[in-house]
Amino acid sequence: MGMRKVAVVGAGMTKFMRRAQETGKELSWQATRMALESCEMTLDDIEAVCLGTAPDAFDSVHLKGEYLSDGAGAWGKPFMRSYVGGGTGVFAPIQGWYHVASGLFDTVLVVCEEKMSSYYPHAQGAFLTIFDHTTERPLKPNLLWIFALEMNRYMQTYGISKEDIARVAVKNKRNAADHPCALLGDADITVEDVLNSELLAWPVNRLDVSPVSDGAVTIVLAAEHVAKRITDKPVWIQGVGWSLDTAYWTNRDLAYPRYVEYAARMAYEMAGIKEPRKQIHIVEPYDPFDYKECHHLEGLLLADRGQAPQLVADGVSLRDGDMPVCPSGGLLGVGNPIAAAGLMKVAEIFWQLRGEAGARQVPGQPKRGLAQAWGDLMQVGTVVIMGTNP
Amino acid sequence: MTSKTDEFPGTPLREADFSEGKILYRHDEMNGQYAWDTGVGIGSYLAALKTGVILGSHCRTCRKTVVPPRTVCEWCFRPMDSYVPLLDTGTVNTFSLCYVTWDVKRIKEPEIPAVIEIDGASPLHGIMHKLGEVEPDEVQIGMRVQAVWKPEEDREGSITDILYFKPIKEG
Amino acid sequence: MSERVAIIGVGWAGYRPVTPEVSYKELTYEAAVKAYADAGIDPRRDVDSFVTVAEDFIEGTSIFDEYVPDQLGAVLKPVHTICGDGLHGLATAHMLIRTGQAHLVVVEGHSKASNILTLPEVTAYAQDPILNRPLGLNTDFIAGMEMNRYMYETGATPEECAAVVVKNRRNAMRNPLAPYGADLTVDEVLSGPPLAWPLGRHEVAKHADGAIVMVLASEERARSLSDQPVWILGVGWCNGAPSLESREWGDVPYIRKAAVMAYRQAGISQPHLAIDVIEVDDTYAYKELQHLEAINYCRAGEAGMLTEEGFTAPDGELPVNVSGGSLGMGNLLDASGLARALEIVLQLRGEAGLRQLKEAKVGLAQSWRGAPTTSGAVAIMGS
Repeated sequence: MGMRKVAVVGAGMTKFMRRAQETGKELSWQATRMALESCEMTLDDIEAVCLGTAPDAFDSVHLKGEYLSDGAGAWGKPFMRSYVGGGTGVFAPIQGWYHVASGLFDTVLVVCEEKMSSYYPHAQGAFLTIFDHTTERPLKPNLLWIFALEMNRYMQTYGISKEDIARVAVKNKRNAADHPCALLGDADITVEDVLNSELLAWPVNRLDVSPVSDGAVTIVLAAEHVAKRITDKPVWIQGVGWSLDTAYWTNRDLAYPRYVEYAARMAYEMAGIKEPRKQIHIVEPYDPFDYKECHHLEGLLLADRGQAPQLVADGVSLRDGDMPVCPSGGLLGVGNPIAAAGLMKVAEIFWQLRGEAGARQVPGQPKRGLAQAWGDLMQVGTVVIMGTNP
Repeated sequence: MTSKTDEFPGTPLREADFSEGKILYRHDEMNGQYAWDTGVGIGSYLAALKTGVILGSHCRTCRKTVVPPRTVCEWCFRPMDSYVPLLDTGTVNTFSLCYVTWDVKRIKEPEIPAVIEIDGASPLHGIMHKLGEVEPDEVQIGMRVQAVWKPEEDREGSITDILYFKPIKEG
Repeated sequence: MSERVAIIGVGWAGYRPVTPEVSYKELTYEAAVKAYADAGIDPRRDVDSFVTVAEDFIEGTSIFDEYVPDQLGAVLKPVHTICGDGLHGLATAHMLIRTGQAHLVVVEGHSKASNILTLPEVTAYAQDPILNRPLGLNTDFIAGMEMNRYMYETGATPEECAAVVVKNRRNAMRNPLAPYGADLTVDEVLSGPPLAWPLGRHEVAKHADGAIVMVLASEERARSLSDQPVWILGVGWCNGAPSLESREWGDVPYIRKAAVMAYRQAGISQPHLAIDVIEVDDTYAYKELQHLEAINYCRAGEAGMLTEEGFTAPDGELPVNVSGGSLGMGNLLDASGLARALEIVLQLRGEAGLRQLKEAKVGLAQSWRGAPTTSGAVAIMGS
């Protein structure tokens, strides 16, 4: 194909915490230092830095990318921040990918950071400003609204019950008990716990939602000839895709995330994947709410429409199932520092494909994984496919 | 990697650390005030709301009538052909019963946000608003609703000129 | 891997101090329609990827990328936002095409500065929240301090800085796009009220609203679509220290590095010989001098002299900011870099009207993201 091949060669992350003592700069630095150490590189080896971080409103710093740039290792280096809302965590590696695949750089740091706890009284309030300033904000909408509206439409369209969906929360929070950085890992949680948790915005209950968190994740990307010198187990970026739907979200059917399908198709085509259900061994879709995992699996064409909840019910998406989904514990279990959460999924695939995921390791030597993130007003899908072969 | 590392960086804090004075912090508030030019499309929408009309726009090429109106059809990228007054009735596409405000305060009576497909617009084209004059457990997807307007003299040319949508009584 | 990338279409709307009759979406649509017509393309059918440069607090909306696709014809296509200057966006499009995965990429930037009622307060929110913001200073103080140190280190004088204002605002009078054309003298500039001494109020570019859209293409697509492609010969970008406590004050090493990166790609070792037309950031008048030195156009301390001697005037040896720069065209916030690049494109195509330079084969555009950042980019283009 003539395209320059890019691999992930190192990764690091901080704990995901409700409220961290570290500033955003310090969180970025911690994750970056760890990522560099993991592949025995230094900052001098890095040629460019890509930062992903979601709304400035959280840290309450305007031009947040500039503020965080030194913590991300970008002093004196080419630096750019990309931003697609919640999709940023899986977009930042795409940004790193095009930095290297373009031939301009051989080694790139991709850093994703989020410090949501700075916003008072609760980070959720910052989301008021994502709605259209003229046609929607005067109604004082709430972030929960859009998820609840979408979850309701999805359930109604396909006849899916809250129990079906709650199983996803249970799976992920149990998986997260094996993740050393997890905020809400719980090996004993049950479907009843989820259904009985506080009702926030019907049909969303508290345990259907991933928590606001602080955290940072960093990965190191390298061009082929360099990657092979750095590590004997590079994980290759085989396909990337992203797509953004119209801002007029009330003019769409919320039951199906077609923008995720567009992004997935773009990535599958680039990776030469014709039968994703057979060729993808691990899936890390974005799960800020439990129903989103199902919604996204369908958009990724890994389940028929309305059928994704069946994967959990049948055990297919458990770690030892045929197609493990969120073996990391996902956002529901590990935490949701928005951009860092997406990159956490990419890091998870990296560790899984190298056999380094410890207690979370998916058996059977998986060779290919897919990470997906989502964001905005139910608009953006970002997909990265990684594999052990270039 | 995670199998080789036990210690992950990060120092979690508790709420008590703040109230007990163990952590120094600074409180600040940004004075961000904006006056967004509504422009042609939304400007027309707001002006119509003031007269008690929900306005849409029509694209002849795509044969779609959309709401809120816009000057360009995002599907074919051509300018929209005309503005179309729509009815102020519609069908609930989806809804929620929300017991938490935007700044995370608990409320007893839920707010009922909904996406309402507006009669006169193409299918699946609607706006977000709230429902009122309805018991939470009576709300259903597919319910027929009617806009309840502010009295004419109180309207400002805003989405809040519609107070809420209420169910249309049968018969 | 596609090696060469060209700009094959440009469009703009504005620039004016206020644009009350259109929303930012409609302003952008106007620029986009022109750019697509210029390139001869249909965005729904032909464009592979779209890049917008925008910042949440400037738009007054969080996750601003939500509102980008519709007016660009980008719905359900790969779209992303770069929180950077227009030239960062241009560099991004350049990289996307060079991967071989995209052949046509659109870059967009806009300014609705008139809609931000409390712009100084919003800008102050870019200062460090713990160490700097509590001082409650208008962000221009940073430029004032830097100007002071720059003059101290290089020997540049207030008159030389004022000469930049005189030149650029006079240039703007021949630019139909520029709202701030004026015929001033150095004395008039210097006798204006102080803003953040030694920076005077007349030395700061006023804001304007506007939108700019550019269409970039791979070499193969450029040759089939355009008979006047403007090739990107080199791009560079770099960051310095964001914190005030650890940055240089007289020099801008991050611009030096960005220029070096771009020159290396373009194979240029002597800029003042190889380049015919230059557009640098002049958000504050002294910046034009500092940036000219940082891109190695001349040595430290020389830029002021060259300006006073008319070297950088439209009829000089190496014209700088013939468009009028930000001082003449208006500070378009993060779209300013695209405004600089736009002028280079027009000059290289011979479409710059009254401002057209006779020799215009290679041009350089440089941008800076404004105080308090230390972030800038350079793009070198050739016909």
